[in-house]
Amino acid sequence: MKKFLCPCGYEYDPALGDPDNGVAPGTAFEDLPEDWVCPVCGLPQEEFTEM
Amino acid sequence: MKKHIKSNVYWVGKVDWELRKFHGEEYSTNKGSTYNSYLVQEEKTVLIDTVWLPYGIEFVDNLAKEIDLNKIDFIVANHGEVDHSGGLPELMKRIPNTPIYCTANAVKSLKGQFHQDWDFRVVKTGDKIDIGNGKELIFVEMTMLHWPDSMATYLTSDNILFCNDAFGQHYATEALYNDLVDQAEMFNEAIKYYANILTPFSAMLAKKLEDIIALGLPIEILATSHGVIWRDNPMQIIEKYAAWAQDYQENQITIIYDTMSNGTKHLAEKIGEGIQLADSDITVKIYNIAKSDQNDVITEVFKSKTVVMGSPTISNSMLHTMAGIIHLMKEMKFKNKKAAVFGCYGWSGESTKALKEHLESAGFEVMDEGLRIQWQPDEEQQLAAIEFGKKIVSNQK
Repeated sequence: MKKFLCPCGYEYDPALGDPDNGVAPGTAFEDLPEDWVCPVCGLPQEEFTEM
Repeated sequence: MKKHIKSNVYWVGKVDWELRKFHGEEYSTNKGSTYNSYLVQEEKTVLIDTVWLPYGIEFVDNLAKEIDLNKIDFIVANHGEVDHSGGLPELMKRIPNTPIYCTANAVKSLKGQFHQDWDFRVVKTGDKIDIGNGKELIFVEMTMLHWPDSMATYLTSDNILFCNDAFGQHYATEALYNDLVDQAEMFNEAIKYYANILTPFSAMLAKKLEDIIALGLPIEILATSHGVIWRDNPMQIIEKYAAWAQDYQENQITIIYDTMSNGTKHLAEKIGEGIQLADSDITVKIYNIAKSDQNDVITEVFKSKTVVMGSPTISNSMLHTMAGIIHLMKEMKFKNKKAAVFGCYGWSGESTKALKEHLESAGFEVMDEGLRIQWQPDEEQQLAAIEFGKKIVSNQK
């Protein structure tokens, strides 16, 4: 699964998910909940770019 | 001394004529800077941003001469960086219970820097506060423009956008407004500020400008946090930003080199000659990076279609100054730019290969393996450098 990069530098790695914010490891970027935002800076998903 | 802006809005900031470096030693501020703080005195009295930390006490002392500090109903902190929040520690000693309106990320950045549990009131895009006399403050988050905590604040009726770091310039002036200063100086500082600070966020900035325009808020004044306030046709700088955010380029090629025995310098000049021979409309600029202001050079890279980077070989690589400027270029995340490399050497000659690798990792499209000249360039090799310059021109077409 593909990783995605936030402009602030945070990388979303589907293998790791974002357990602190209720996203289980193995969750593809496309399957993130709509209201999920970057845990570092708060930018929405549409600001991320594929790595 | 406070200065009147419009209606009940005043500037209460600090003009810093002696500042020459900012962000530690990273950013040259050859024309000084200003830290713009604003006082809005409607039925509610609001302070928007403060000044740089070293001027914090002076700022609060001056503010206390203008107004009873206890009359301040609340503070707006658009951005937590110390050049805007630096007045808070002293101010909050004197009026500790005053609410501070800011983004959730600014609570983190302010607590992280000052370790104080002030009365933070978190706001989001679209949140409004009634400040009386029929006026409101409306908040617009500016996440990652240029920190996670950044926001702008809009004052209705007076149509002032307190845009914080956006549209700013490190430019000391007593004149306050964009129409009262030397236009060339001001725009030089504005583009340098954009090139060195905002380029990495260009894609987001382009969208945010569209968002701001879509809000349909009339903007009469852009009240920046550094440099002049845009009151004369404020759209002109918004339009500049829109252009700068679109992988901006002028018809320019910039040659950047360092040299030990002037061989690489001679190549730089001959390459420049070749570029001009191939196309005299192209602006060619040549910088010895070891003798130049790195932020001025980044501004020239920002304007360029192609950069040509030269270094002699030392210890099987390039001079460290060249690695330094390429690192800065990488940080800026420049898009859609070409590069070429050159250098003199004595025996092994790895500088061009090292330059090429560094530039490619910085996102530049590097033309061929570059121009490598052993020892000092003779006449034939100088002609080769001129031809290399011509090839650079045809490569960028």
